[in-house]
Amino acid sequence: MTISPFPEAYEAPPEPGRLRRQVQDFLRSPAAVAGLCLIIIIVLLALFAPLISPQDPYDLTQLDILDGRLPPGSESFSGLTYYLGTDSQGRDILSGILYGLRTSLTVGILSAFAAAIIGTTVGLIAAYFGGRTESTIMRLVDLQLSFPTILMALMMLAILGKGVLNVVIALIIAEWATYARTVRGTALVEREKEYIEAARSFRLPGWRILFRHLLPNCLAPVIVIATMQVARAIGLEATLSFLGLGASVTEPSLGMLISTGYQYLLTGLYWISFFPGIALLITIVSINLVGDRLRDVLNPRNV
Amino acid sequence: MAISLIRRLIQALFVILAMTVIVFVGVSVIGNPVDILINPDANQAERLRLIAHYGLDQPLWKQYLLFLQGLMHGDFGDSFVYGRPALGLILERLPATFELAISALLIAIVVGLPLGLYAGLHPHRISSRIIMSGSILGFSLPTFWVGLMLVMVFSVELHWLPTNGRGATAEMLGVQWSFLTRDGLAHLLLPAFNLALFKTSLVLRLTRAGVQEVLPQDYIKFARAKGLADRRIIFVHVLKNLMIPLVTIIGLEFGSLIAFSVVTESIFAWPGMGKLIIDSINLLDRPVIVAYLMMMVVLFVALNFLIDVCYTLLDPRVRLDAKA
Repeated sequence: MTISPFPEAYEAPPEPGRLRRQVQDFLRSPAAVAGLCLIIIIVLLALFAPLISPQDPYDLTQLDILDGRLPPGSESFSGLTYYLGTDSQGRDILSGILYGLRTSLTVGILSAFAAAIIGTTVGLIAAYFGGRTESTIMRLVDLQLSFPTILMALMMLAILGKGVLNVVIALIIAEWATYARTVRGTALVEREKEYIEAARSFRLPGWRILFRHLLPNCLAPVIVIATMQVARAIGLEATLSFLGLGASVTEPSLGMLISTGYQYLLTGLYWISFFPGIALLITIVSINLVGDRLRDVLNPRNV
Repeated sequence: MAISLIRRLIQALFVILAMTVIVFVGVSVIGNPVDILINPDANQAERLRLIAHYGLDQPLWKQYLLFLQGLMHGDFGDSFVYGRPALGLILERLPATFELAISALLIAIVVGLPLGLYAGLHPHRISSRIIMSGSILGFSLPTFWVGLMLVMVFSVELHWLPTNGRGATAEMLGVQWSFLTRDGLAHLLLPAFNLALFKTSLVLRLTRAGVQEVLPQDYIKFARAKGLADRRIIFVHVLKNLMIPLVTIIGLEFGSLIAFSVVTESIFAWPGMGKLIIDSINLLDRPVIVAYLMMMVVLFVALNFLIDVCYTLLDPRVRLDAKA
């Protein structure tokens, strides 16, 4: 082997066809493929919600209170069919679900990725620098992880106040520590490997070793956790909205729809809560199926 | 052993102190303490009196010391809504939440442990696969939605169980409990089952994973070779070694059950701390919020401390490590 004058040659050990093998591995599980297909469909439905939904549920002028609480399959005076019924405001549940998915997915993806970026950076820094930096960071992480997510989220919402944006912030603050701990664990192992030593012997700057050499080799567990966290964040957003701390009544998310349906549930009007819940369930289960398979395929040691 | 316990106790106190800083910063620096601590309906004279009373005209470090002082005396101020000390309100509702959380924990163990044991001992049977798939569903189902569906099926459609409140209670040790009366038990069943769902899946999966880790060990092979009965191997050798991870999780999860009871209590109108905190956040009843948060901090730190102690009692190696 000739020694290249370019340090790039010593970055992550090349493994030809690794990605391809992993993709094939992933596709071997029917449940994961089904989950992936469902996720694609759900994302497309959410993206094109304004084009395909029969009604704009956030536009109050389109709502007719006379159409309120109609059972699934009813027809309105204007000839519109409410396949999944309407809520108390005369809002088409199907449209409400499609628009609600937009909120749920945005909150889930945004918070999981922001938390991943913050947590990964912090975890890498802790592992790379070690010493006092590491012990301070890990104290903080342990402290945070000893409180359940929902409590951290409630704590943040109690301080910041209600609203979807605050839910996102609360979720980021509640979740970053999970990434930090896992990434640190992986990075501690990677740090001792030869390619890092090689990079160090080239006197590359610390940030470069950190982000170009160490980070790519710590990504597997981050991807697995991030996938699962999207599902968790969607569930938590729905829960917080259900408790009245998230989305507003005029722009309902899935959790809010379920919440408004609750009072009618007791009189037997099941559909307002039932269908949004099914949509939520399908979303969360598909993401979890994919995450489960990713964990098997990428096989990170400490997730 | 005593020294390591004392060290952990000091650590625990330090964590509580750190959390008081966070809660204080949250309430007094990020939020506006005048809006937070003083009822918006108060007139100008009352405002000024309360600003002086809470020391909001003082510098920050002095305010923090005052906050700490109030904490030591259990004085978080009066609730705006109820006009009574916030801490008292929360302590009043503590037994209801504890009752719910303990019932849920019992359900999770009684259902999750045997199923997990079964799935771990017979991993290839179809029934085991069904159990494991079911546990994925238990993880994925949003707790609050399951609660609504339980209400729909068992209360609205079948009229078997009541939908809200604690029902009739009976007194034991000076506290009212639901589980002592038939009516109270009927009221407890749905919320406890709802709260237990997620934890049942967790206990189940942990037990299964633990069993599969223990089974290939030499001491199990040796026990088999000795000709011990399967029953004895499972209940003595396997279960005993499952205890450590399970105790940790059960301890940690008890805290999370109390936190998650917020959701279940809101659905079933269970008059516990969780319902109180949601009502308080919605009504901006901040003294109650602060009292609740500090209460939870103390509870969680105490729980973690207890788990540490249990560790040392259950696993002699931990004790040796502490000595070394």
